[in-house]
Amino acid sequence: MTVLQAVALALPALGAPALVLTRDPLKMVLVSGVYGWTLLLLFVVLGAPDVALSMLVVSSVAYPLILLVAIARVRGRK
Amino acid sequence: MTRRARIALFLPALAGFAALLFWGLAGIPDFGHYRGPYGHVLDRIVTPERHVTNVVTGVVFDVRGLDTLGEEFILFAAVAGVVLLLRGGREHPANTGDTVASDTVHVVGTLMVGAAVLVGLWLVAFGFVTPGGGFQGGVAVGAGALLLYLASGFRAWRRFGDERVLDPLEGLGAGGYAVVGLAALVSGMPFLANLFAPGTTGTLESGGSSVLVNWAAALEISAATLVLYTEFLQEYVVPLGAGRAGS
Repeated sequence: MTVLQAVALALPALGAPALVLTRDPLKMVLVSGVYGWTLLLLFVVLGAPDVALSMLVVSSVAYPLILLVAIARVRGRK
Repeated sequence: MTRRARIALFLPALAGFAALLFWGLAGIPDFGHYRGPYGHVLDRIVTPERHVTNVVTGVVFDVRGLDTLGEEFILFAAVAGVVLLLRGGREHPANTGDTVASDTVHVVGTLMVGAAVLVGLWLVAFGFVTPGGGFQGGVAVGAGALLLYLASGFRAWRRFGDERVLDPLEGLGAGGYAVVGLAALVSGMPFLANLFAPGTTGTLESGGSSVLVNWAAALEISAATLVLYTEFLQEYVVPLGAGRAGS
């Protein structure tokens, strides 16, 4: 295992607890996007650019949009 | 349930799960030591037989095209579920109260929509040559189009996020995939067997009939994500406008 691979493995390992420990839903959306990018880096380093491309769009556009709209809707009802 | 009872339930479950996890992890091959024969076989056959340089796309849309058909219909069913739950019963206020204040964001963002969608189409087209393909390109086209909402607001988006256009396109993509498979059956071959000559390696003319499958998937995925975005954005925008009209 190279240093780059070790770093790429360590980043999601740090990102996952950070995501779990985030309490505010809005911050959680941001942290989850950044966590997605750490996974994306891992996929690229391990030679899976096809998966990384899907991950890029899903984790930084599609999933946050759905979460943000859901949060806005729930807060609007209160 | 009291806190103590929860912890009493949680700890044995945690121990059991951890034991299973570590048992499983202890048995996996060392890092970088791939054991299975399947990957080696694919490495050897996909490029010579299908003239496809991106083996991943060759596997997804040709060798294991049937799996991808199933995946595509999972997405189709999921989006249909969202539509069933969210569509209808909404009033469309003339003023959505959702405009873009900055001229710079408006102009630069709108100009970038075309480029972003083009990147998505490029990913689809060259999926058999370089990393990409119908799934990746499809979600990229959807996200590129979403930029129009971010840069120009909901009214500009609504013209493109129109279910009367998107629903037939999504159905055409999902159905088109199955039709290419059925065309092989009609020709006396197995379902989804590659119909055409494999073409020239490393060019857009490689992959045979799986190119059609690739574009059908791209159409399905991009229309599905656009339907999803439209339904969710309406959930966000319509109450916003209704609140403004009432105040």
